[in-house]
Amino acid sequence: MRSAGIDIGSRAIKLVLAVDGQVVHRAVEDTGSDPLAVCRRLLDGLRYDRITGTGYGRHLFKEHWPGAEVISEIKAVAVGAAALIPGCRTIIDIGGQDSKAISLDPAGKVQKFVMNDRCAAGTGQFLEMMATALAYTREEFMAAARRAPRAQKLSSMCSVFAQSEVVSLIARGASKEEMALGVHQSIASRTAALAGGVPVEAPVVFTGGCAHNECLGSMISAEVKYPLRVPESPQTVAALGCALYGVADGR
Amino acid sequence: MSTDYRPMWKEMGLDLEAHDALLGVLGPLYEQTFTKQPNRPAGMKYFDFVMSEVHGLRIKELMDAKKAGRKVVGSFCTFVPEELVLALDGVMVGLCAGTEFATAEAEKLLPRNTCALIKGAFGFALARVCPYLAASDVVVGENTCDGKKKGYEIFKDLVPRLHIVDLPQTKSAEGRALMRAEFKRFGIYLEKLTGKKLTAEVLKKGIATVNAKRSAMHRLAKLRAADPAPISGLDGLLANQVYFYDDPARFTGSVNKICDELEQRIERHEGVAPKGTPRILISGCPMAVPNWKLPTIIEKTGAVIVGEESCVGARGTQQLTVDTGRTLDELMDAIVDRYLKIDCAIFTPNTSRVEHVLSMAKELGAQGVIHYGLQFCSPYQIEAGPVEKRLEKEGVPTLRIDTDYGQEDVGQIQTRVEAFVERLRG
Repeated sequence: MRSAGIDIGSRAIKLVLAVDGQVVHRAVEDTGSDPLAVCRRLLDGLRYDRITGTGYGRHLFKEHWPGAEVISEIKAVAVGAAALIPGCRTIIDIGGQDSKAISLDPAGKVQKFVMNDRCAAGTGQFLEMMATALAYTREEFMAAARRAPRAQKLSSMCSVFAQSEVVSLIARGASKEEMALGVHQSIASRTAALAGGVPVEAPVVFTGGCAHNECLGSMISAEVKYPLRVPESPQTVAALGCALYGVADGR
Repeated sequence: MSTDYRPMWKEMGLDLEAHDALLGVLGPLYEQTFTKQPNRPAGMKYFDFVMSEVHGLRIKELMDAKKAGRKVVGSFCTFVPEELVLALDGVMVGLCAGTEFATAEAEKLLPRNTCALIKGAFGFALARVCPYLAASDVVVGENTCDGKKKGYEIFKDLVPRLHIVDLPQTKSAEGRALMRAEFKRFGIYLEKLTGKKLTAEVLKKGIATVNAKRSAMHRLAKLRAADPAPISGLDGLLANQVYFYDDPARFTGSVNKICDELEQRIERHEGVAPKGTPRILISGCPMAVPNWKLPTIIEKTGAVIVGEESCVGARGTQQLTVDTGRTLDELMDAIVDRYLKIDCAIFTPNTSRVEHVLSMAKELGAQGVIHYGLQFCSPYQIEAGPVEKRLEKEGVPTLRIDTDYGQEDVGQIQTRVEAFVERLRG
């Protein structure tokens, strides 16, 4: 059985192809302004028996791919994480515009989840906006945060307010590195508060595009007081969940 | 609407252009939300008619009643005792507050972080598009939440007459005494307004009419326990919404007729969704017409809503007023006893509410509860935490959604609702 999973996120589209449950192909591309074109490109020439979609664009995708199934991001991430880290009980997922915490029962079933509200505070978007405000690239941003001896506390959680806060801090001569660490700290605190809405138990898995950011991971870990396990390709966990959904024991 | 009501609206002082714009949105929204639902009970046609004439024929009826010397009393809340209004031959109507209208104008008078319901009420008044408000001889404000209480201080300048009913915050003996005194004062106010006398005899009639309306809603609510669900949640909500607008006796008859039809459906094991469809109970803030946002998302996801623990729903219609009193005082006591039981989040503590949610979930066979909080509604948003905790503890999966009348978060809400329904399916 060749099974494809596609996660049409706000910032990136992720594709995973599994043959009899084994990943044989992975691809990631920026969503841009025409997600369907990106989906077509990613799926071009690919052979599969079934396809399942998730993410913001899932319903649009289903309309254009007859026979495609869709599941929520929560279910997709849960199936993917449980396959990668057997016995996984908690998932913290931070994507482009979403952050979520999911609690699984011992059998891997979703027993509770919470998601951020409509605003992008505490998500990848927030991280990117702050990096831009501080004139860092994504990679530099994390490295700068790691060099900082202490964090410059940011009081604002709103992306728009935080941006103007950063601007005024720059004007007062605050250290860029300390602000970079402050931004990471504010996301970590916000994420931990979100995770407080579900029972957190080990093993805790950190997924989504932001799980590439090790600085953020270690700060969240300190806040939730559990080690975080980051799978090899954290950004494609939901796409993997889609590929495994309905196949073998992917629920 | 078949008749041209524009001359009537103009005479009432509505802003015709703005009112056209409102109807231009409402009509299609109603069509798209309600009329395409699969396998609707035939009796819902009555509600289609009522909604198509909600700014037309019903308003004409109100204007005719006024010409005949009856008074129209507008209200925003289930705490205003309709029994008293009907006893004095008045007509009670719910006022418009279920959508954003003239928000920028409303925000000149109110802080931005005011709940959408209060802002909506102000917007409708400022833009002169609510014919119910225009028809009202008096608006009754109730001191419930802070937003409304303080809002009425400003709202009083937007309407010809505003009567405030103060309400207690606890269900103590002192609280009851306050409500009793305030209902008495409201009765005296209505006597002056209508020039009629409140007696045990007329009050008994008022109680009978309102009780009949509530009984019909109880009957409808019970029938929704059947699986397959004989009526959609959207239509169930619609009945609860029309409850506030329609002529009480006609409404009661129509709801009972729908119940007859639903009983036959249940006998034939017929429903609006297949047996085994995930069943959801909504709990929380009121949804006034045309606030159908969350129920639309829920039912599009493939779940069916089986009840509303809400002011526009079971919380508002829950108890009957005991009608056995012989004197005016005894009947007034019975009315106060009934209204004091409302599980509104303005009360502290309000523990009876979660018990009601639990019993509703059980009786209606709901597998999960979606708690609807209107953004900036502190009483319900704060209560949502303990309610969720208790429900989950009792094994009832609960999802909290805080939102307003805007459409920009529909995608996020849909994701959460879908994931919640997946959780219910297991």
